[in-house]
Amino acid sequence: MTDVQLAAAQNVVVMIAETGETYRCRTDESLLTGMYRLGKRGIPVGCRGGGCSVCKVQITAGTYAQMRPMSREYVSDDDLAQGRVLACCVRPLEEVTVAVIGKLNKCVTKTGT
Amino acid sequence: MGVTGVMRPGHAQIRVLNLEEDAKFYREVMGLVETGRDAQGRVYFKAWDERDHNSLILRQADKAGIDFFGFKVDSAATLSKLEADLNTYGVKTERMPAGELLATGERVRFEVPTGHVIELYADKKDVGNGLPYSNPAPWCPQAEKGIAPTRMDHALLGGGDLDGARDIFINVLGFYLTEEVVAEDGKTQIAVWLSCSNKTHDIAFVRAPENGKLHHVSYWIETWERVLRAADIMSMNNVPVDIGPTRHGITRGATIYAFDRSGNRFETFSGGYISYPDMHKLTWPVEHLPEGLDYAQRKLHETFLTVFS
Repeated sequence: MTDVQLAAAQNVVVMIAETGETYRCRTDESLLTGMYRLGKRGIPVGCRGGGCSVCKVQITAGTYAQMRPMSREYVSDDDLAQGRVLACCVRPLEEVTVAVIGKLNKCVTKTGT
Repeated sequence: MGVTGVMRPGHAQIRVLNLEEDAKFYREVMGLVETGRDAQGRVYFKAWDERDHNSLILRQADKAGIDFFGFKVDSAATLSKLEADLNTYGVKTERMPAGELLATGERVRFEVPTGHVIELYADKKDVGNGLPYSNPAPWCPQAEKGIAPTRMDHALLGGGDLDGARDIFINVLGFYLTEEVVAEDGKTQIAVWLSCSNKTHDIAFVRAPENGKLHHVSYWIETWERVLRAADIMSMNNVPVDIGPTRHGITRGATIYAFDRSGNRFETFSGGYISYPDMHKLTWPVEHLPEGLDYAQRKLHETFLTVFS
């Protein structure tokens, strides 16, 4: 990151639709990093490298930019067109609202099936 | 001779989303030795103390995860015998030609019911560990570069039909069960650790909602002190850590789980105990998974059963 980029980075408000919780995220860090760094919760935290999909969100308001490649196993062309992305791979350009899609899905339940 | 048949894990081919970024990660942060690139653009690595040409292969792809995991067997005769045994057991196999992977002989490839491609091979070029075979020093400068594990040790793979995969490894390939996590019904295995050697595990499986998933590829380091050094190096390089440094109750390994630049989990670990095929298996009821996974903190890490690539 250059000094110019650092100087240009701003803090914007990110709102998690389900809980109404908000946090301030830098415009040069991912939505997930911003949440995680402040100890906030709401979006599940997984691999943080675009590979696992547990942090998948739908951006319902505001604009964003992709920072890193996302595993296309979990993000289709349609997803991209609809703003369904991995929170670890996109950064906000302005105030955004996200709806959480990703889940921590287990195979084995209490009944062992 | 003790270790016959299938001797050890030999290679893992991993998919990465940005080849040069991950090649740099495995070379400079993990401290593996880059040993070659092939016409397909795949990048080959080995750990410094491994003598065979490669143990990790990176392939550029648009999704993360594992392409295949391979084991070295003791001879070409064993390779042919295990190929026939697999076929008799009802497992279809395919021969990959020598040289398709750099410096590697013919591989027998098959799919296990968890959706993973497994390979067996007998030959891989001995390129040495940088030390002579007569009067060698105990280590070389490469042993101090990055995390610098001595070997690729094992993998944990996730899929639905854990039982089917386990049975092939035990009934055909000669592995034995060392440890298991069992669901509340007291029977259903949620995860199994399997050995073909004196290690606590050479491969492990965890029941997962999707087939063909990678949980982690593990790299061995010699001491707990060096596990802590690995944690320092990870933090210096902004590596996303999942769990640790801590000690597993399961296998007793001192461990860190973390992710490469494409979200593939890896482990750097030391310790464990020496295992023999006659030893009674160790069972972890699922309510004790927190200490099985993280004995120091007895903490339930939800990502263990849910985050795969």
